[in-house]
Amino acid sequence: MPTKIEKDTVSGQDTTGHEWDGVKELNTPLPTWWVYTFYATIAFAVVYCALYPSWPWLTGHTQGMLGYSSRTELSVALQAQTNARAKFVDKIRATSLTDIRKDPELFNFALAGGRSAFQTNCLQCHGAGGAGSTGFPNLVDDDWIWGGSIDQIYTTIEHGIRNTDDKSRQSMMPRFGVDGLLTGTQIAAVTDYVLSLSGRGKATPEGAKVWQDQCVACHKADGKGNQELGAPNLTDGIWLYGGDRDSIYRTIFYARNGSMPAWGARLDDATMKMLAIYVHSLGGGR
Amino acid sequence: MSSSAALSTGPSPAPRYVEDVIRVAVILTMFWGIAAFTVGVVIAAQLVWPQLSFDSEYITFGRLRPLHTSAAVFAFGGTALIGTAFHVVQRTCRARLFGGAPLGWFVLLGYQFFIVIAATGYLLGITQSKEYAEPEWYADLWLTVVWVAYLIAYLGTVLKREEPHIYVANWFYLAFIITIAMLHIVNNLAMPVSIVGTKSYGAWSGVQDAMIQWWYGHNAVGFFLTAAFLGMMYYYIPKAANRPVYSYRLSIVHFWSLVFMYIWAGPHHLHYTSLPDWAQTLGMVFSVMLWMPSWGGMINGLMTLSGAWDKLRTDPGLRFSVTAVGFYGMSTFEGPVMSIKAVNSLSHYTDWTIGHVHSGALGWVAFIVFGTMYYLVPKMWNRPAMWSTRLIGWHYWIATIGIVLYITAMWVSGIMQGLMWRAYDELGFLQYSFVETVAAMKPFYAIRLLGGVFFLTGGLIMAYNMWRTIRGEPVAAAARPRPALAA
Repeated sequence: MPTKIEKDTVSGQDTTGHEWDGVKELNTPLPTWWVYTFYATIAFAVVYCALYPSWPWLTGHTQGMLGYSSRTELSVALQAQTNARAKFVDKIRATSLTDIRKDPELFNFALAGGRSAFQTNCLQCHGAGGAGSTGFPNLVDDDWIWGGSIDQIYTTIEHGIRNTDDKSRQSMMPRFGVDGLLTGTQIAAVTDYVLSLSGRGKATPEGAKVWQDQCVACHKADGKGNQELGAPNLTDGIWLYGGDRDSIYRTIFYARNGSMPAWGARLDDATMKMLAIYVHSLGGGR
Repeated sequence: MSSSAALSTGPSPAPRYVEDVIRVAVILTMFWGIAAFTVGVVIAAQLVWPQLSFDSEYITFGRLRPLHTSAAVFAFGGTALIGTAFHVVQRTCRARLFGGAPLGWFVLLGYQFFIVIAATGYLLGITQSKEYAEPEWYADLWLTVVWVAYLIAYLGTVLKREEPHIYVANWFYLAFIITIAMLHIVNNLAMPVSIVGTKSYGAWSGVQDAMIQWWYGHNAVGFFLTAAFLGMMYYYIPKAANRPVYSYRLSIVHFWSLVFMYIWAGPHHLHYTSLPDWAQTLGMVFSVMLWMPSWGGMINGLMTLSGAWDKLRTDPGLRFSVTAVGFYGMSTFEGPVMSIKAVNSLSHYTDWTIGHVHSGALGWVAFIVFGTMYYLVPKMWNRPAMWSTRLIGWHYWIATIGIVLYITAMWVSGIMQGLMWRAYDELGFLQYSFVETVAAMKPFYAIRLLGGVFFLTGGLIMAYNMWRTIRGEPVAAAARPRPALAA
């Protein structure tokens, strides 16, 4: 029972007359601004619920006066974005890669679109600037494994490399060590031969023999490789899996055979065209 | 500790309270606080220098992050709440803890055991992968037992109280204990794969699972981190300020409106997801309506200082509590703003959320705990004051600077991140890749780390001061000349 209602000299308010461990309470009324702001948020909630889908019942929910749905909102936004780009995208679809590059406005658009698509889909492996890293080719230099013409780049993007796509680029270097095709001594010798191709050290006759027997079919006698087969050029000092003696030895012993997805399954033709143009423009396109 | 109980001006002689449990809880709170801040600093550093996980799976960000959040919320916050709840309920009910010391020890130590089995599990990769509900089924079952014991001890004390009325702090503590029990049980319903294995499968799936998870998650914020610490505020601020609570009516209205509305607000964590639009709408409007009920607590906390504002100059412990209420007001305004769908579409999944959480966790929760501990330690160990008031002042300023660095860095980084994600170039293509946004945030991660180091440093100062106080250093030390730090 409130037994001791007192007046607080600071605020002029009465206490409630209760006390707990020395703590008392004032009977101050609710601050007016607090009450009206609270009412305002409730009014906002009521109006918002009337406008948007809100209260559920067993089999459905109120739809709201605006007929809003977040799915519609998203598809409208996506459509607006598509429409804004449609003028150029349609043109890209209808124009050959060579001709796109002759139209400065279209070329400029394709570069921007290609860069955007690259940043979403490609940089995870090839790096933000396309400089690649171990196992992921550098797209900025002029050393191409499967060819650096714009059409070859497009094909690589569309079908990828060593995947399940029917037209995927396929080739397979044998696992010379793992499968016992060469002895460790032979691999060491041919490693020296490969090093000598880029002017490092001297090859032995044994290395030259292994090279002749096993490697020239794909990498060619001069070691400059064959883009038809995805056989890298071994003379230019550019290495996908490292160019030191140990890395080359392991490449021959285990083989590498990296893979790239077929983007034709995920991207539309216009996007892949823009990607090809962008990648081609990075510096090394032929 | 009848000497401190004698501070009570109640009409009948005070009963002998259970206090050893509270003393141990105070020490454990400080221990877990330092642990939580330290792990926070480590993972903040890992975000700046990812190589700091040293290729060990045990200390990757993914395992240390739940260790940090659980240590901060459940170990530091939870232990502080158990200790203060037992302190507040006995004093404001003028009754010895129901079940006495044995039940008190069971709750406190049982809860510590839960923390240890949960935390070691995280490091071993054992998790339900539910945010703030990571512990697996065996830890959840044990916590349920401990929590029911907590409820029995608390409710039993309230029921046998000597006071005619139930003090407002007890409403908040009780709402916290009951609601957390409900949330914990429903969100963690799961079937273990084997009675001897750690893995379980949750009872919920798909969008229902997401909805229940955030019903749990948001009310962990609402009832654990808000209601319970308001209970703490409602006792320790009037005690430290020695002033009556500003408004009894406001405390009733804001209590009931807060507990009624908070429970609906969870869906705002799932805006623009597969959660049905109607649920998103309700989550948003109830969050907006929560603004004033939350601020009721702020008004009552701050206005209780009327007539005692001068104490802020001489009592840096009270300054912690009052600053906490200020951060509480800021966070509970920011929260409703962020729940508005248009704002959320920018803020969601960005560092802004991290900043928001930390203005609440560091500014409100940790600061109200610090303020409470600076009041409680001298009372519990029967000392005239903390060993060094000056060190409290240092702690206050270092920790405040730390928070400001932290949350401003996260505001800038989060808003920048959100804007970069949605930026289109003039031709209509997305302008930035994800990794470019990460690179842009790096300087702010470094600032956040610095803020965390400040906050941890403050915590270490507090631990040192507490240790000297508890050891019973000569009063002379406490009575050293104190420069007016607030000047």
